[in-house]
Amino acid sequence: MDLDPVLLSRLQFAFTISFHIIFPSFTIGLSAYIATLEVLRLATGREVYRRVSMFWIRIFAVSFVMGVVSGIVLSYQLGTNWSRFSLFAGNIVGPLAGYEVLAAFFLEATFLSILLFGRDRVPPWLFAFSAVAVALGTATSAFWILAANSWMHTPAGHEVRGGVAYPLDWLAIVFNPSFPYRFAHMLNASFLTAGFAVLAVGARYVLAGRHPDEARTMLRMAIGLTAVLAPLQLFIGDQHGLNTLAHQPIKIAAMEAHWDGSKPGDFYVFAWPDEKAETNRFAISIPRASSLVLKHDPDGLFPGLKSVPPQDRPPVATVFFAFRIMLAVGGYMIAAALFGALLMWRGRLDTTRWYLHIVAQTWWVGFVAVIAGWVTTESGRQPWVVQDVLRTADAVSPVPAATVATTLALFVLVYLTVFSAGSYYINRLLAKGVPERPPEPAVAGPHLSIRFGDKP
Amino acid sequence: MEWYLPLIWAAIIGTAVVMYVILDGFDLGIGMLFPFSRNETERDQMVQSVAPFWDGNETWLVLGGVGLLVAFPRAYSIVMPALYIPVIVMLLGLVFRGVAFEFRLHARRKLGWNLAFTLGSLVAGFCQGLILGGLIQGLRVENGAFVGGTFDWATPFSFLCGAGVVVGYALLGATWLVMKTDGEVAARGRTQAKVLLLGVLAFMAVVSFWTPLAIERVFLRWFLLPNMLFLWPVPLITMLTAWYGWRSLEDGREVAPFVSAIALFVLGYLGLVISTFPYLVPPSLTIWDTAAAPASQIFMLLGTLLLLPVIFGYTVMVYWLFRGKVRAGESYH
Repeated sequence: MDLDPVLLSRLQFAFTISFHIIFPSFTIGLSAYIATLEVLRLATGREVYRRVSMFWIRIFAVSFVMGVVSGIVLSYQLGTNWSRFSLFAGNIVGPLAGYEVLAAFFLEATFLSILLFGRDRVPPWLFAFSAVAVALGTATSAFWILAANSWMHTPAGHEVRGGVAYPLDWLAIVFNPSFPYRFAHMLNASFLTAGFAVLAVGARYVLAGRHPDEARTMLRMAIGLTAVLAPLQLFIGDQHGLNTLAHQPIKIAAMEAHWDGSKPGDFYVFAWPDEKAETNRFAISIPRASSLVLKHDPDGLFPGLKSVPPQDRPPVATVFFAFRIMLAVGGYMIAAALFGALLMWRGRLDTTRWYLHIVAQTWWVGFVAVIAGWVTTESGRQPWVVQDVLRTADAVSPVPAATVATTLALFVLVYLTVFSAGSYYINRLLAKGVPERPPEPAVAGPHLSIRFGDKP
Repeated sequence: MEWYLPLIWAAIIGTAVVMYVILDGFDLGIGMLFPFSRNETERDQMVQSVAPFWDGNETWLVLGGVGLLVAFPRAYSIVMPALYIPVIVMLLGLVFRGVAFEFRLHARRKLGWNLAFTLGSLVAGFCQGLILGGLIQGLRVENGAFVGGTFDWATPFSFLCGAGVVVGYALLGATWLVMKTDGEVAARGRTQAKVLLLGVLAFMAVVSFWTPLAIERVFLRWFLLPNMLFLWPVPLITMLTAWYGWRSLEDGREVAPFVSAIALFVLGYLGLVISTFPYLVPPSLTIWDTAAAPASQIFMLLGTLLLLPVIFGYTVMVYWLFRGKVRAGESYH
């Protein structure tokens, strides 16, 4: 069997980055939640905030470490498997990734130590500050990595000389046309992912009659957040889509399985895109609804897949279905959040058990939406690694296929092992529940009594 | 502008690498010394001594790799595929080492994650030595791309470097334990450090002789006049440092051994830099050949000059916050 090194490297990168994105999309939101809890505790003095925060910090630690180790893999994989991309785009992507390390990674790694180990060593204001620092670090990380990734989709501010991209205008590079939309979309997605996880845990404890104060706090805060952000995500997504139509029309065509640009686009609730026949089979569609959404005109026209040769089109079925999955999950999130808000307003949240059961079982919705969304946008970019500038097939490293196949297998093995263990331990933490009292500090000895700023 | 920017960046990347080697060196060293501990309490004590620091320490590795991409993308795009297997295996080792820190806290039976911690540390350290050796040997490059074989890096020399790095990290770990722990663990660390110190010296000696004998440009760099007149202090200072380290271990000093171990690493690193400078991709490409566009280097430099002092600041703060010894039976949470 002839192994294709490009496909193998794509699979390896797709696998490792999909695994990785699960964690930041959770920890960006969760760190913001923990920071909110710590600031609220500082401001109100209510101990329930401290207990909820301590509970989530432990879970945060398990997720964060998996994000860290899988993230380091990516920073080197750009070189090991995509060396021609690194050579071509290094002048641009390099500094953006560099800022991510300097402005974000060190910040979150260092202050996380205080969150995990320093509660008894620092005054409360510094503890809350550390929580905010970690949250800021994760958000800053998203800023820089999305700037780099967005440049790949809507390259700007550069020129190509001798097969290498050179920067001309850093503001144009960082704030490239798609960046603001993708950053807002991802940041919001992260808050929603954490929100639905917290919502699920709160619901679970209310149903079990455990930790009533903490559970109700989690429930209310989560619903308050998601009821605002889930509908907002629809708006951000719509704006993002319009921006993508302007700059990456073929990606939109694939998302909509829109073949013929000379006719208005139907919205396919379901279809099976047939790339060979260039049509959709088993189609269930709302006529002209795509044109309505994308052009605000049911007779509006937008480019179809047939407007470019087949080798310039992304994998249609992948992009089409990933997009639909994200929409479906997003629809559920809006419904669940708004209904929860209604129940909360009516004072019936704690007693509507069927609703609590549903949200407790759907803690995973954010993760599914995030991965579906990322598959949509990154597969939708194909066959380009830098849209209209560099093809994926021309970006790969000179490494034999058999070697990549081996490392791909190793990554799958290692990541599945680690992920299973991590999920198992998070489950155990959830089963253990919220700590009733701060644990007795087992750190005896003189240095416990040394407070920050005191003389020994 | 063209000639000094790559020099500045070589210094920055070089510093990042040294920071990584020292900081993660003792983390990885602790993992390598795990098998010599007697019980779970001792292992907890060892892990606790580095728990608040390891994540920040490991971040210097990301800075080193990304920094290479930032400042010398042509070198990054050659070195990474050339050393594909040691780099990927190192990353996998680091995955296990990293999650082991957190997972062993939650596991009922810790054997599995203790093993992962040790093996991960060993594999990561050994692979870093392989990468070092593979790089020093030189890479086959044509038209700015790697044209060598998948296993070019796998030679007796690189395996020797791998073993040397493992012993070196173990020394850093042992001297860290002397400084940051007490009781049995610290006492054992002191004994181990003495053995490891001898081991490190042996490896440094072998590498110091092997490299110039095997690679002519290195020989010429060190032994040609007038270079030799300037460079002979380096091996001398190294031996004096090792002697000082040994004495400090015998005399029951607590901090001096760790400082000596760091000094040895810095000196060894200095020797490597002297051997290879200015080649970033030995034997053919210099830092000037592989440098990024000046606009990129300047854009990054401004931020780096601003952010590195801030990073140093809060890093020092955290080390200070968690100062003092980790006593047997202690836990932070």
